[in-house]
Amino acid sequence: MKFSTGFCRGVREAMGVPTAVLAAGYIGYGAIAADMKFPVLVAMLSTAAIWALPGQIILMEMSGVGAPALVIVLAVMFSAMRFLPMTVTLMPILRGAQRGRLREYFAAHLIAMTGWAIVMRRGPELPQAERLSFFTGLAITGWVVSIAATGAGFFIADSLPLLARIGFVFLSPLYFAIVLLADLRERMMAMALVFGAICGPVIHAFNPQWSVLAGGLIGGTLAFALRRTGRRHG
Amino acid sequence: MAETLLVIACGLASYLWRGLGVLLSGRINTASPVFSWVACVAYAMIAGLTVRLVVMPGGTLAHAALADRLIACAVAFVVYFALTRRNLFFGIGSGFVALIALTALRTGG
Repeated sequence: MKFSTGFCRGVREAMGVPTAVLAAGYIGYGAIAADMKFPVLVAMLSTAAIWALPGQIILMEMSGVGAPALVIVLAVMFSAMRFLPMTVTLMPILRGAQRGRLREYFAAHLIAMTGWAIVMRRGPELPQAERLSFFTGLAITGWVVSIAATGAGFFIADSLPLLARIGFVFLSPLYFAIVLLADLRERMMAMALVFGAICGPVIHAFNPQWSVLAGGLIGGTLAFALRRTGRRHG
Repeated sequence: MAETLLVIACGLASYLWRGLGVLLSGRINTASPVFSWVACVAYAMIAGLTVRLVVMPGGTLAHAALADRLIACAVAFVVYFALTRRNLFFGIGSGFVALIALTALRTGG
């Protein structure tokens, strides 16, 4: 089997810090899955099928507190909605002269933060014909490593003493805490962060099953509304 | 089995937006207010979950002291933002080591 230049270039680009970070995040995810007594194969399937760490942590945490399936799916759906604008902005860069529709829909499944950010930056420098393969090579590498890391994290957490296990289940919250703060550019997002940080835990104290979805909807809508009325009046 | 179905449903709920993105690419304006609202909700949701996981976790993480979890976060922020010019790997790694070290000191293990 022979891979195209673009694909190989993508695989090479993935090797290094981006994939190491993904692996750390997913080892943490696997550890959480073990903590929640989720079967290892289902946890690995969730990485393959959802391919978005926030959505997956939401799935784990909400199943952990026994939230109704429909509420879990809704919360995951909301957390994944960011993929719409991300895909809409990425596709014009990936598209070549001839449109391989099926390949685009396949590549779309692999879109997640890491690969998206790299291709938004590096893509325009590459020949148009190579970009879709470049992205596929890059993203599929991270995807495969992450599925394996999920399984590895599960068995690591299952076999290590409590002290080490504490460190591993801490990886995902740490990852989100850093990424959320690093990503702050606009005032509206900062407000969403603060309101969400308050609403989620507060609602959790009363109703753990709805806290993720309700906290996000209330906190996020509050930030959005305040910022918009604030802009209009001043 | 119920878990597998739930995971598949969550996978479809995630792919929905990626597939729609391919379909709508070039046809919609991503600067519209709807997308700002969605971003706010997603951000607030993950922020709430993250704070809750650090401040009042269930499961294994509850065995670490609250102060240690907070200090480990602070260590990760300092390493990420101030010491390594935003290297995510070192940021996460330092928080990981800090929490294990602090918990070991506290429990004398």
